[in-house]
Amino acid sequence: MLGALIIVFREVLEAGLIVGIVMAATQGVAGRGRWIMIGIGGGILGAAVVALFAGAISQAFQGSGQELFNAAVLAIAVVMLMWHNAWMARHGREIAAEMRSIGTAVSEGAKPLTALAIVVGLAVLREGSEVVLFLYGIFASGTSGNSLLAGGLLGIAAGAAFTGLTYYGLLAIPNRYIFSVTSWLIALLAAGMAAQSVQFLNNAGFAEVLGRTVWDTSWVLSESSIFGKLLHTLIGYTERPTELQLVVYIGTLAAMYVLMRLAAYRPQRPLAA
Amino acid sequence: MRRLLILIGFAALVTLSPAPVLAQEYVLTIKDHKFTPTELKVPVNQRIVITVINEDATAEEFESNILKVEKVIAGNSRGTVRIGPLAPGKYPFIGEFHEATAKGVVIAE
Repeated sequence: MLGALIIVFREVLEAGLIVGIVMAATQGVAGRGRWIMIGIGGGILGAAVVALFAGAISQAFQGSGQELFNAAVLAIAVVMLMWHNAWMARHGREIAAEMRSIGTAVSEGAKPLTALAIVVGLAVLREGSEVVLFLYGIFASGTSGNSLLAGGLLGIAAGAAFTGLTYYGLLAIPNRYIFSVTSWLIALLAAGMAAQSVQFLNNAGFAEVLGRTVWDTSWVLSESSIFGKLLHTLIGYTERPTELQLVVYIGTLAAMYVLMRLAAYRPQRPLAA
Repeated sequence: MRRLLILIGFAALVTLSPAPVLAQEYVLTIKDHKFTPTELKVPVNQRIVITVINEDATAEEFESNILKVEKVIAGNSRGTVRIGPLAPGKYPFIGEFHEATAKGVVIAE
């Protein structure tokens, strides 16, 4: 039972962390609860569909369907996170100011919520499909399935609790700083996802360049430990990154930075309104 | 900005580069949540394609941090895993859903 709990928790952790950060990043934006629920619900539904067609997806593209699917899902999430951060760089100050003055939700935030709902949905979809397959496997095998199943469900609950922990932890940050902190978190999240995406492409037989391993820190922190997995999601920690992964990681951060600077730029004296 | 251009360059490369032609295929079979063979000998310094056949009714996740692979193989199904080029050495892998029994190692020599 404990084994099942840990396996499921490890899978749910990543999605849980992302949902927690997204919730903190949209603090004070009207209607965000609904959008996040739509993201989670859509993700679970998608996870069931992906699990159902796991065999077919795997067979597609000469056996590389699953890798290409994962690479695409991660790439879309990276673009959505970039869009969100750029939008926030432009409007974040107004939202923060309004939150301070009125102390209530702001209505202006309708735009980036679709982007973040998609990010949440994709995170749940990707990790969730593995959980569905694992739990279905337990369910199908019958014998001693009940305690394993209970472990799996507890693992999901633990993941959800972890989302709450992330969210309330981030909320402890003063309002003044929360948007810059969540913007940084999202930038690192996106860079890590981009590096993962390019590795999936490599596994699919594409992007087979700069394949040398830059360092090996598996002896310090294993990627499959809970803490390693946490850092893997949060900042893209990889115990043996390839040169290509490193280049893509730095490139994503740089692109994010440029985009946010461009979005924040406003002419000093606007022409008559 | 330069890094952005490099990134765009890579994106182009990724889209344009064709899947390479591969020399030899290797097969791993999963049955009763165990891998056969448990030791897979492969040559060094080249791309290796492993076909993983899952004969169990339930799914398994082929996972190895050192090989940088994480792949779900559905029940009664098969999947392709691409690894390498590898330096000489031992590269353990597991079936994450049944870690206690599903273990194996790729030996590059």
